[in-house]
Amino acid sequence: MSCDMKQICKDIRSDVVSCIGHLGVGHIGGCLSVVELLGVLYFEHMNIDPKNPKMAGRDRFVCSKGHAGPTVYSTLAKRGYFDRELLFTLNQGGTSLPSHCDMNLTTGIDMTTGSLGQGFSCAVGVALGAKLEDDGARVFALIGDGESQEGQIWEAAMFAAAKKLDNLIAFTDYNKLQIDGTVAEVNDIAPLGDKWAAFGWNVIDVENGNDCAQISEAITKAKANLGSGKPTMVILNTVKGCGVSFIEAMGAGNHNSPLSAEQTAAALAEIRGE
Amino acid sequence: MEMRAVYAECLAEMMEKDRHVCVLDADLAKASGTLALYKKFPKQMFDCGVAEQNMASIAAGLSSYGFKPYIESFTPFATRRICDQIAISISYAKQNVKVVGTDPGISAELNGGTHMSMEDIGVLRSIPGVVIFEPADAVQLRAAMPVINDYNGCVYIRLYRKELPDIFPADYKFDLFKADTVREGKDLSIFVSGFMTADALEAAKLLESEGINCEVINIHTIKPIDKEAVIASARKTGAVLTVENHNVIGGLHSAVVEALAEEKIPVCALGVEDRFGEVGKMPYLREALGLTVENIVAKARKAVSLK
Repeated sequence: MSCDMKQICKDIRSDVVSCIGHLGVGHIGGCLSVVELLGVLYFEHMNIDPKNPKMAGRDRFVCSKGHAGPTVYSTLAKRGYFDRELLFTLNQGGTSLPSHCDMNLTTGIDMTTGSLGQGFSCAVGVALGAKLEDDGARVFALIGDGESQEGQIWEAAMFAAAKKLDNLIAFTDYNKLQIDGTVAEVNDIAPLGDKWAAFGWNVIDVENGNDCAQISEAITKAKANLGSGKPTMVILNTVKGCGVSFIEAMGAGNHNSPLSAEQTAAALAEIRGE
Repeated sequence: MEMRAVYAECLAEMMEKDRHVCVLDADLAKASGTLALYKKFPKQMFDCGVAEQNMASIAAGLSSYGFKPYIESFTPFATRRICDQIAISISYAKQNVKVVGTDPGISAELNGGTHMSMEDIGVLRSIPGVVIFEPADAVQLRAAMPVINDYNGCVYIRLYRKELPDIFPADYKFDLFKADTVREGKDLSIFVSGFMTADALEAAKLLESEGINCEVINIHTIKPIDKEAVIASARKTGAVLTVENHNVIGGLHSAVVEALAEEKIPVCALGVEDRFGEVGKMPYLREALGLTVENIVAKARKAVSLK
C-alpha cells in the first residue's frame, strides 16, 4: 500500500465524519466500513475522468447500499468531481447530496439507490448495457451484508451469471452487523462465499476488507477474470464504524447514529492520529 | 388481429429502426406474443426468468446506459408485485422504461383471481411520473406505440391480449395526452377506457332509444388524465358515468372524480366494486363482477336522474 492511499483514506474518513458530524446524525457505521474500498476504486482502479463525469465507456460504480452515500461523496470530492465544501450540505433541504445516492442530483453518481436490493439489479442492467455497447466499461457494485437478505440480490446474481456478465465486479461489505443486531442473529447469510460460488460467480475473500493493499490485490484479480464468462464477488470482511474506536464499540447501534460536536472532534482526532 | 400481435408487430418495427429498443420478459414472452422476436432480435430480447423485480431494475440499468427497455408480464406481476421497483428504480430515478401488463382485470379469465389485477391502475397512479395508457382497439394501439416509444419516461401499457372490435377509423390521429370523443351527446358523459369502450358505445345506442343522448369519451391515458376534456364534456352534459375494467377505487373513476372535484356534477361508477376477481370465461365474469352493457345502461339512467 502506498503512503498516498493511506493519506487518501484518512482524508475520506475524516470528511465522512465531518459531514455527518456537521449534520449531527447519519449512517456512520456503514459509511466508515467502506472507506478503503471507495479510495482504492476511485484512486487506483477505475477508468474515470472527474472533469468529464459522463465520459463514454467509463467504469461505473453503483452503491447499492445507498446509505453509504456520504463515503461516495467524500471520495468524489477528494477525486475532484466537486468542491469539498459541498459535503457540508449533506442532507440539508435542497442539497445535491442526499443521504442515499441519486444519479439525477450528484455529479459522478451513476445510479439512484436506497431501496435495498434494487441497485444491484440496476448494476447488472448497466453491465448488460456495457456488454451490448462493447465499450470496455467495467461495472463495480457494492452491496451490504444485511442487504443480501433481499431476494432481489439473488435474482440479480442468477441473471448476471446466466448472461455471463464478467465485466461486473461486486463487493459485499461484510461487517456482520445490521440495524436490529448481528447478521448472524437476525437472519444469517453464511456461508456467503459458498452461496455466490453456487450461483456461478468467481468469489474472492478479502480477510481484512479495510486494508487497501488487500482490496487492491483482490480488484486486480477480479479484473483478470474478464473473459472468464463469470462475474466476480469480492467479499470484504470489514468492521462497521472502522477507524473510530467509540463508533466501532457501538456495534449494531452505529448504523444510523447521532454524532455530537464533541464526538465529531474526538473521532477526527483519532483518525488523524492525534 | 389480436392486440398482442399488433403490439409485437409495433415492437419489431421499432427494434428494426433502433437497436437500443429492447424487451425484457419474466417467462411470459409466449403469452405476450413476443417469443418469436427472440430469434430475429437476439441482442434486443432478454428473458429474466420468473423474477419480475430483477427485470424492472435491470431495465432501469439498461435505460441509464441509453437503452429503451420494455418490460412485460401479466398485469398484477408487472405492477403491484414490482411497484417499489417501478417507483424507485424507474420513475424516481427518471429512467426511460415502458411497463407492459397483459390480461388486465377480468380478461385474465381462466387464470383466475390471483392473476386478475383490479388495482394496477390505482397502484401506479399514485406513483409520480408514471403515465398510464390503456388502448381500446388495435387502431389506437398501433397509433400509440411509436408515440409512447418516443416519450422519454415511464409509461404503463395496460394491454388486453385478444382481438377487439375496431372503434377508431383507419385515419385516426393519436395524442398521448388528449382524450378521444368517440360519440357526441348532450345528456350524459360516459368516460371509458380499454375494451369496455365498445360496451359503452353499445349502451349509448340503447339509451338513445330511451331519449338519453350520451357522449362517449375514450380516456386512453388515465394518468395524466385530460382534465380539460373531462370538465368540458361534464359541464356540457351535466351528468357523468365512468366505465372501467378495474376497481372503482383508484382507477378511472377516481381520476375523473378528482378532475371534477370542484364541479357540482353527479358522477356514477360502473366498475369492479372493491372485490377480487375469480376464475371463469368472460361472459360469466362480466355477469359476476357486473361489467355488462345492461349495467352501464342502468347506471347511466341513475346518473341522469341525479341531475
